[in-house]
Amino acid sequence: MIVSRLMQLTGKVLSVTGIAGLWIFPANVQAEWKVNLQRPITEIARVQYDLHMMIMAIITVIALIVFAVMFYSIIRFRKSKGAQPAKFTHSTKAEVLWTVIPTLILIGMAVPSTKALLLMEDTTESDMVVKVTGFQWGWHYDYMEENVSFYSMLATPQSQITGSETKGENYLLEVNNHLVLPLGKKVRFLLTAKDVIHAWWVPQLGGKKDAIPGFINEMWVRADETGIFRGQCAELCGKDHGYMPIVVEVVDDAQYQAWLEGRRNQG
Amino acid sequence: MTSTVADHHHDEVPKGITRWLFTTNHKDIGTLYLWFAFIMFLVGGAMSLIIRTELFQPGLQVVDPHFFNQMTTVHALVMVFGAVMPGFVGFANWMIPMMIGAPDMALPRLNNWSFWLLPPAALLLIISLFVPGGGPAAGWTLYPPLSSQGGMGVDFTIFTVHLLGMSSILGSINIIATILNMRAPGMTLMKMPLFVWTWLITAFLLLAAIPVFAGAVTMLLTDRHFGTAFFDPAGGGDPVLFQHIFWFFGHPEVYILILPAFGIISQVIPTFSRKPLFGYTSMVFASVGIAFLSFIVWAHHMYTVGMPLSGELFFMYATMLIAIPTGVKIFNWLATMWRGSMTFETPMLYAIACVALFTVGGLTGLTMSITPADFQYHDTYYIVAHFHYTIFAGSVLGMLAGVYYWLPKWTGHMYDETLGKWHFWLTVIGFNITFFPQHFLGLAGMPRRIPDYALQFADFNQVSTIGAFIMGFAQLILLVVVVKAIRGGKEASSEVWENPEGLEWTVPSPPPYHTFATPPQVR
Ligand code: HEM
Ligand SMILES: [Cu+2]
Ligand SMILES: [Cu+2]
Repeated sequence: MIVSRLMQLTGKVLSVTGIAGLWIFPANVQAEWKVNLQRPITEIARVQYDLHMMIMAIITVIALIVFAVMFYSIIRFRKSKGAQPAKFTHSTKAEVLWTVIPTLILIGMAVPSTKALLLMEDTTESDMVVKVTGFQWGWHYDYMEENVSFYSMLATPQSQITGSETKGENYLLEVNNHLVLPLGKKVRFLLTAKDVIHAWWVPQLGGKKDAIPGFINEMWVRADETGIFRGQCAELCGKDHGYMPIVVEVVDDAQYQAWLEGRRNQG
Repeated sequence: MTSTVADHHHDEVPKGITRWLFTTNHKDIGTLYLWFAFIMFLVGGAMSLIIRTELFQPGLQVVDPHFFNQMTTVHALVMVFGAVMPGFVGFANWMIPMMIGAPDMALPRLNNWSFWLLPPAALLLIISLFVPGGGPAAGWTLYPPLSSQGGMGVDFTIFTVHLLGMSSILGSINIIATILNMRAPGMTLMKMPLFVWTWLITAFLLLAAIPVFAGAVTMLLTDRHFGTAFFDPAGGGDPVLFQHIFWFFGHPEVYILILPAFGIISQVIPTFSRKPLFGYTSMVFASVGIAFLSFIVWAHHMYTVGMPLSGELFFMYATMLIAIPTGVKIFNWLATMWRGSMTFETPMLYAIACVALFTVGGLTGLTMSITPADFQYHDTYYIVAHFHYTIFAGSVLGMLAGVYYWLPKWTGHMYDETLGKWHFWLTVIGFNITFFPQHFLGLAGMPRRIPDYALQFADFNQVSTIGAFIMGFAQLILLVVVVKAIRGGKEASSEVWENPEGLEWTVPSPPPYHTFATPPQVR
C-alpha cells in the first residue's frame, strides 16, 4: 500500500519534471514514466504482483531504517559539532537482534513465495496446449489439438526503426499474426527453440520461460480478461533479439472458435 | 627470509622501463595493477557511453544491433575482469604486506608474472572487436548455443579468459601464501585488518571458482572447433549445463568483486568515525558465511530455464539466507558510525555512499531471490539496476574510497580535497540518475540487452543516458587528482589521518621502496 502510494508519487514528481523537460526531450510526446509492474490479468501474474508489492514494502521499510540511522549519525555525531567518540566495539544484544529479526522476516517471505511457486508449476488439468518455438528471429505457434500453426513476426516497418518515418503507437510491439487465446481457459504452453535460447514473456500474463533448443519447457496461463497484451523475447538471441515481439489476443470462446475456423481455411 | 631482506641497507629504486618490466617489488606491481585497472575503467566506460547513446532514443541511431551486442558484452568483460578485479589485486599488492608487517609478497617473481599476463589478455579482447565477424556478442555470460555461432572473436575471448584466469590464480596463491606465512610476530589471524581478511577469503574463492570458468570456456572451445557436443543439443549435449557451470563460477565471482571493497570500507569508516570497527569478529564470520553460501546459490540466475520445483525452492531459500550475513555487515558499519566523531573527507564520503547505495543493491537482490517474482524481473533492466548498485556502488565506490584513503600514503602528497569532493558528488549523483530509473524500466517491462525499445520506455532511458554522461566525464577528475598528487602537493605525514589504525601508518609517506626489513612487533 504505502509503497504503491510512494511509487505513484515518485511517478508524478517525475512526470512533472518530465513535462518541464519536454523541450529538451522532444521524443517525450508519449511520456508515460511507468514505474511498476504492468497490470496483471492472470492469476499467476497477480500472485507475482502481490508478492512483488509485499517485498517492495518490506525492503522500503528496511531501507528507510538504514538511511534514517545513517543520516542521524551523520548529523549528530560529527566532529565539527564537538562529538566525542565512544569506545564500544560490540554489543551481543544488538548483534543477536539484527540476526534474528531478519531471519524472521525472511521466513515470513518464504511462506507465500513457496505457495506461489507451487501454483505456477502446476500445469495439470489444462484445457488446451500451444507449442511455442523460438527461432532467430520470431516465434512459431502450434495449436497441437487443432491442427493450426503459424509464424508470428515483427510487423514494424524498417523505416520506423531507422527513423525515416514516424514511429507508430505500438512501435516494436506489433506482429503480423497474433497468438489468439480463449478467455478463461487454462492454456498449457510447451516451449522450445530451433537455434539458440529465447525466452517467451508477456508481462501481464505472468513471468517468462526460456525456450531452449533440445528441451521442452512448460508454463501455463489462464487469462481473466479479453484484450491485446504485448511482450518481447527476454533472452539475448543474437542480432535481432530486440525485434521479436509477442502479441497475445484474448477473445471469448465464440470468437476463438471462429478464429480457429478461419485459420484452418487459410490452410 | 627476513635476514636476507635485511641485508638491503640502501633503498635503491631501479630506473627506466626495466624497473616496471622486471619488477618484483610489491609496491611497483601494485602501481602497475592500479594503472591497468584505471585504463580499463576508461575503456569500459567509453563502451558504456556508446551503449547509452544508442539508447537515448528509440530507434537505431548510432550503431547496428550486432555491434551493440558486442559493446554490452565487451563492456561487461572489461569492467569485471579488467577494471574491478585487477584494481583490487593492486590494492592487495600495495597494502597487504604493509598491513601485516611483511617486507614484500611471498612470491615476488610470480607476482610480476601475474601482472604481465594482463596486458596481452586485454589486448586480445580488444583486438577481437576488429576481427572478421567482430567481438563476442552473446553477453558476458557467453551462453551457448549463441556463443557457438560467433566468429573467431569468441575464440579470442576464450583465450582472454584463460590468460586472466591464470593471472588470478597465480595472484591468489601469492596472496594466500603471503597472509598465512609472512605476518609480523604478534599479528595473529584475528588481529589482521579486515581488508586482509576479506582478501584472504576472496583469494580462496578465486582458487575455487576460476578453474571452473576456465573449464566451461574450454568446453565451449572444443564444441566450437573439435567436434565435441557438451552444449550442443544436436549432438546430445545440454546448453543449460553451460549455465550451471558458468554460474557456479559466476555467483562466487560477484563476491570476489565485492569482498575486498567491504574490506576497504571497514578500514575507512573507523578512521573517520574515530572509533574502532564495531563487531570485528562478526565481520570475519559474516565474510566467511557469505563465501560459503556463494557456492550454493548459483541457480538463482537461471530460475527461468525450467528447473524442477525442488531445485527452485532450494535455490530460493539458500539465496534468501545470504541477506543475513550481508545485513550483519551493513549494521556493523552503521554501529561503527554510531556515537563516533565523524569527519567527511573524500574517502569517508565514498565509504558512506558505498554503504548506502550497496544497501539498495542488496535489497533488490533480496527481491530477486524470490523465485516467483524473479520470473518477472529476470533479464530486464531491473537486473541491470541491481548489479550496478552492487558492483558500481559497492565495488567501485569502495575502491574509490580506498584510492583517496591511501593515495597520500602511496604518493607522499595530500590529494586536492576540493577536486576530490567534486569527483565524489558528480559520480554519485550521476550514478543515481543513470541507474535508479532502470529499476522502473525493468519493472515496466523493458528487457535488457536490446538496442531499441518501445516508446513507453523513452523517458527514463533519456534520463539514464544523461546521468551516464555526467558520471562518465566525472572520472576524468580522478585522473587529474591522481596526477596532481603524484607530482606534488602538501606533504603527507606518516599517519596522514587522525590516529588511524594499522601498520601502514607507521611507515613514512611515501613508504621507502622496501618496508619492514625487520618485522615490526605487534602488541
Ligand atoms: C544480498 C545479496 C544479493 C542477492 C540476494 C543477490 C541476488 C541476485 C539474483 C537472484 C540475481 C539473478 C537475477 C536474475 O537474473 O533474474 C542476481 C543477479 C546479479 N547480481 Fe546479485 N545479489 C546479491 C548481491 C550481489 C553482489 C554483492 C553483487 C556484485 C558485487 C551482485 C551482482 C550481480 C550480478 C552481476 C547479477 C547479474 C548477472 C547477469 O545476469 O549478468 N549481486 N543477484
Ligand atoms: Cu531474444
Ligand atoms: Cu548470484
